[in-house]
Amino acid sequence: MFRFIFSKLLYLVPTFMGITIIAFGFVRILPGDPVLLMAGERGISPERHAILSEQLGFDRPIWVQYFDFLGRLFQGDLGNSLVTKKPVMAEFLTLFPATVELGLVAILIATLIGVPVGVLAAIKRGSWFDQVSMTAALVGFSMPIFWWGLLLIIFFSGILGWTPVSGRISLMYFFPDVTGFMLIDSLISGQKGAFTSAISHLILPSVVLATIPLAVIARQTRSAMLEVMGEDYVRTARAKGMPPRRVIGVHALRNAMIPVITTIGLQIGVLMAGAILTETIFSWPGIGKWMIDSISRRDYPVVQSGLLLIAGLVMLVNLLVDLTYGLINPRIRHK
Amino acid sequence: MKMLTRILIAASALAMTTAMPALAKTFVYCSEASPEGFDPAPYTAGGTFDASAHPIYNRLVEFKKGTTEVEPALAESWEISADGLEYTFKLRQGVKWQSNDKFTPSRDFNADDVIFSYQRQASADHPWNQYIAGITYEYYNSMEMPSLIKDIVKVDDYTVKFVLTRPEAPFMANIAMPFASILSAEYADVLDKAGTKEDLNNAPIGTGPFKFVAYQKDAVIRYAKNADYWGTAPLIDDLVFAITPDAAVRLQKLKAGECQLMPYPAPADIAAIKEDTNLKMDEQAGLNVGYLAYNTTQAPFDNPKVRKALNMALNKQAIIDAVFQGAGQVAKNPIPPTMWSYNDAIVDDVYDPVAAKAALEAEGVKDLSMKIWAMPVQRPYMPNAKRAAELMQEDFAKVGVKVEIVSYEWGEYLDKSMEPGRDGAVILGWTGDNGDPDNFMGVLLSCASAQPGGANRAFWCNEEFSALLAKAKQTADVAERTKLYEDAQVIFKDQAPWATLDHSTQYVPMAKNVTGFVMSPLGDFTFDTVDLAE
Amino acid sequence: MSDTTIKLSDAAIRKQMLADFWFYFRQNRGAVVGMWVFIGLVLLAVFAQVIAPHDPTQQYRDALLVPPFWQEGGSTSFLLGTDAVGRDMLSRLIYGAQYSLFIGVVVVAIALIGGIFVGLLAGFFGGWVDTVIMRVMDVILAFPSLLLALVLVAVLGPGLTNAMIAIAIVYQPHFARLTRAAVMGEKQREYVTAARVAGAGTMRLMFKTILPNCLAPLIVQATLSFSSAVLDSAALGFLGMGAQPPSSEWGTMLAEAREFILRAWWVVTLPGLAILISVLAINLMGDGLRDALDPKLKRS
Repeated sequence: MFRFIFSKLLYLVPTFMGITIIAFGFVRILPGDPVLLMAGERGISPERHAILSEQLGFDRPIWVQYFDFLGRLFQGDLGNSLVTKKPVMAEFLTLFPATVELGLVAILIATLIGVPVGVLAAIKRGSWFDQVSMTAALVGFSMPIFWWGLLLIIFFSGILGWTPVSGRISLMYFFPDVTGFMLIDSLISGQKGAFTSAISHLILPSVVLATIPLAVIARQTRSAMLEVMGEDYVRTARAKGMPPRRVIGVHALRNAMIPVITTIGLQIGVLMAGAILTETIFSWPGIGKWMIDSISRRDYPVVQSGLLLIAGLVMLVNLLVDLTYGLINPRIRHK
Repeated sequence: MKMLTRILIAASALAMTTAMPALAKTFVYCSEASPEGFDPAPYTAGGTFDASAHPIYNRLVEFKKGTTEVEPALAESWEISADGLEYTFKLRQGVKWQSNDKFTPSRDFNADDVIFSYQRQASADHPWNQYIAGITYEYYNSMEMPSLIKDIVKVDDYTVKFVLTRPEAPFMANIAMPFASILSAEYADVLDKAGTKEDLNNAPIGTGPFKFVAYQKDAVIRYAKNADYWGTAPLIDDLVFAITPDAAVRLQKLKAGECQLMPYPAPADIAAIKEDTNLKMDEQAGLNVGYLAYNTTQAPFDNPKVRKALNMALNKQAIIDAVFQGAGQVAKNPIPPTMWSYNDAIVDDVYDPVAAKAALEAEGVKDLSMKIWAMPVQRPYMPNAKRAAELMQEDFAKVGVKVEIVSYEWGEYLDKSMEPGRDGAVILGWTGDNGDPDNFMGVLLSCASAQPGGANRAFWCNEEFSALLAKAKQTADVAERTKLYEDAQVIFKDQAPWATLDHSTQYVPMAKNVTGFVMSPLGDFTFDTVDLAE
Repeated sequence: MSDTTIKLSDAAIRKQMLADFWFYFRQNRGAVVGMWVFIGLVLLAVFAQVIAPHDPTQQYRDALLVPPFWQEGGSTSFLLGTDAVGRDMLSRLIYGAQYSLFIGVVVVAIALIGGIFVGLLAGFFGGWVDTVIMRVMDVILAFPSLLLALVLVAVLGPGLTNAMIAIAIVYQPHFARLTRAAVMGEKQREYVTAARVAGAGTMRLMFKTILPNCLAPLIVQATLSFSSAVLDSAALGFLGMGAQPPSSEWGTMLAEAREFILRAWWVVTLPGLAILISVLAINLMGDGLRDALDPKLKRS
C-alpha cells in the first residue's frame, strides 16, 4: 500500500512542475502591462515606467523570474498582489473558506438528491419517475448556470423576496472569523438568527452550483446501478429468492457506489469552474471571483499563484480519489 | 492551541457586541469595489479613498462638502509668500488620534505627523517608503510633487512650511487630495517596534470622523463613530460598507433594505428608481468628460475643417439616449459644466449629416475609411464604448465615411492609443482628481502632454492654447485664471481636436429616510453628515 | 467487432453497421426529438438571412427595449421585442444559432483532430513520447477547464476566434486520452499484427487500420464536447472574454443584457433559453448516439 501511495506521489511531481510552468508562463505572456493599468487614462512617462517595472521585478529575463518564482514557492512564498500589495497566500486563505463552504454544500445537495434519485430511477427503470427525473437531469446537465443563477435571483429574490440577493450573511450579525466558514462561525457566535441568516444567503448560490453535479451524479448512479443489477451475482441472488430490497441494498448499491464516489470526487474541477460563474453572479467573496478580477486587473502574482493553488488542489483530490479506489479495489493497487 | 485562542477572542468580542447599546444607529452603504488597502497614499481607486481617506483620515486642507473649493482642515490657516514659493501652514491644536487594541496615542496630532506623511512618499530612503515591498506612490508622482516640493520644514510643533520650486496655482487643490492624508508618526513607531509595519495599511489609525473596526475581504468593512472627532461628530454610530460590485445586485439590496445608499446605479434602472416610492435619488453632473480624440497629426484629420465636419455628423444625443439611457448630457467643452471657468457661451456643432457631407467634400475628402477605438472597460464617462462606437459607425456611414471598430485589452489600449503613428480616433475620457481646470485641459490637451507618457491622445499641440494654460497655472488670482481658461476653450472648439461626447450624470439612490447626504462633485462618498430619520 | 464478419464486403459491413446504429438510435425517443431540434437549429443557422425578419445589427432608434408582441407595448413587427439599442431580438437569436453551431463545430474539429493526432502518437510509439505527451495532458486536465480557457483567452486577447482556440485546447486531452487508450488496446490485436506482417507502414497502420476501430468512444466524446463548447463559449462571452459585441452570440447577448435584468426580462431570458434548448438537444442526441454505439450499454 505504501509503495502504491509513494508511486502515485512520485508520478505527481512532473505534473506539478508542468503546472508551475503553465501557471507562470501563460500569465507572463498575457498582453497588457500592469504598470500601464495602474497609470490608467493619465499615462505614464517612460522614466517612471522603467522605475516601476524595476521595482516590480519585471525588467529581468523571464527565466530568471521563473526560477525566482519557483525558489520562493518552495519557501511557501507566493509573492504579493500588485493591487492590494498584500501576500497572495494570506488573501487566498481568507477567501478560500467561502468557496469551500459553497462547494461543500453544493456537493452535499447534489449527492443527497442525486444518489437516491439515480437509484430509484434505476430500480423503476422505464417508469414515469425514471423518465421525468432523467429528463430533468439532462436539462440540469445542459444548463448555462450563469443564466440559471440570474433567473433564480429574479424569481426568489426579486419577485418573491424570499432570499437575500447576495453576500454571506446579513450585516446585522457581526462576529470575528474563527474558522472562516460562515455556517460554523455563526453557530459559534451564538447570536440569535445568525445561522438561519447564513443558510438563507447560501441557499441560492449552492443550488446553482449544485445543478450540474447533481445531474451528473443522478445519471451516473442510475447507469452504475443498471450495470450492477445486470451482473451475474445480482442475478444469482435474485434467482435464489433473496428479497429485492435486500438485493438492491446489499449487493447492487454497494458495488454501484464505487464509480459514483469517483464521479463525486471528480466533480471538484466542475465545481471550481462553476464557482467562477456562481461567485460572479452572487458577489460571493471566494476565490473564483478573486481569480476573475485578478485576470482582468493583470495582477500577475495572484493569477499565477491562484492557478497553481487551484490546480494543486484538483490534483490532490484526484489523488485521494485514486487512493480510495485502490483501497476499495486491490486489483488496481497491484496493477 | 491557536484555534482555542481564536475561539476565546471570538467569545470576548461577542461579549462586547452584546454589551453594545441596542439602539445604535447603523448605516449601511452598498459600496462598489473592495478597497485595495487602508493607507490612501499607495493606491489610486476612488473606492479605496471612500473607505480610507474620507472616513478615517484628514488632510491639511480639504474640499468643502459638495464643492471643489478648498477649506481648512488639519491646517487652521495658511500664508503664501509673495513669490508663490512658500506655503506656511498653522496646524490645528488638540486633534486626537484614534486608538485600537494595539495602539493608544500618547500625544495629539502635530507637525511630525505632517512631515512623516509627506516624507515617506517623497524620499526613497525613508524607512517607511517601502514598508510593503513593491509599494509605489502614484498620485504623489503624477501630481508632480517630487519636482514641485523642494522642502518641508517643521517651524515648530504646530507650524509647517512647504517650499516649492515654482509657483503653482493648483497646489492647494492637490494637497486636498486623498494621497495627502495625514497618518500618525507615533503609530508608525509603535508598529515598527512591534515588527508589524504592514498594519499601517491593515489596521489604520487616523483623525477622521470614523474609526476602523474590521474588514472581511471582498465582503464587509465596519467603522464606528469617532467620539473624539475634532470636527462635528457623525450622527450615526456604526458605518458599514457592504461590498457589492454588481449594479443590479446593489439595487436589489437597496430595495430590500439591506443597505441605505448605493453608488453607480445601472443607467437602465434609473427610471424605475425614480418611480419607487421607498427610494429617493440625488443627481449631479459628474466631474468627467467622454471624448473621441482624432489623431491630429495624420491626414486628413490634421485638417481642423475635416474634424469639424465629422463632429457635425455625430448624433451625440443618440449616444446619450442609447448608452446612458438619458443619464448624461451632451458635452461641448473639454471640461464639465460644474467646474469653474466652464465657458457656457460656446455653441456646440449642430448635428447635420447633409452639411457635414458637403463640408467633407469641400475639403476633398472622399471614400474615407477610418478606425474607431472602443474601450474594453466601463467608465463613468463611457459606460459602454462599444455601443457608442456602433452608433458612431452608423452616423459616419451616412456621410460616406466607413468605420471599422477596434478594441484591445485595457492596458494595451491605453498604451497603443498613445503611440504617435496611431491609426484611428480613440474613445476615451477623464474623471477629474481635484476640480482644477488644469487637471483637465493641462493633462489632456497641452503640448507637453502630447509626448510619450502624456495623455493627449489627439496629439494636438496648439502653441496659443498651451501658452494660455501655462500662464493660468502660474496665476494665483482665480478671476484672472477663469478668463484664461475661457479663452482656451474657444480655441479648443475652433480647432476641434476631439469630438466632445458627454458628461455623465451621477446618481445616488438611497432609502427615503436618509438625511444629510451631500454629493461630491469629485465623486467621493462621505458619511459624516448622514443620518437616518425615524 | 469486424473481425468476425470477414466474409462480407466493406460496403456491406458499413451498411449493416449503419442500419444497426439507426435501429438503436431510433429506440431512444429523446434522441430523436433532440435530433429534430438540432436539425431545426441547423436550418435556422443556414437560412438565417431568409428567416430573420430584420437585420440583426439594424438599430431601430425609436424602438428601444420594446417588449415581445403579447405584452403591453409590444408590436408584431418585433415578435420577441428589441434590445437596448433597438435591435430585433428574434433576428439576433436566429443569427446567434450560427455562432453556437459554428463554435461547436470548430472547437470539436480542432480538439478532435489535435487529440487524435497526439493520442495516436502517444499510443503507437509508447515509451518516452507517450510519457511526455500524457504528462502534458495531465497538466492541462489539472486545471478547471473554464479557468484555463479564461487565462488562455486573456493571453490571446478576447474574441470569438481566440475563445474557440482556448476551449479546443482545453478539450483536446480528453480525445488524446481516449485515442491513446483505444490504440493501446487495439495495438496487440491480431488484425494489427497481421497488417504489420503484411508490411503496412506506420502511418497507414495508425490512420487506416487502428483509428476506425476506436471511433465509437470518440464520436460520443465529440457530441459531449460539442454541447460543452456551446456552454463554455457562452460562459466566456458572459464574462466578457468571448465573442465581442455587437455580434449576436447568445452568451455575449446575455452579458450585455444583464443590466436590464429587472427592467426587461426578455433580453435576459431569451438568449439563455436559446442556449439551454440547443445544448439540451445536442445532449439528447449524444445520449442516443452513446446508446447506439456503446455495445455494453446496448445489452442492459
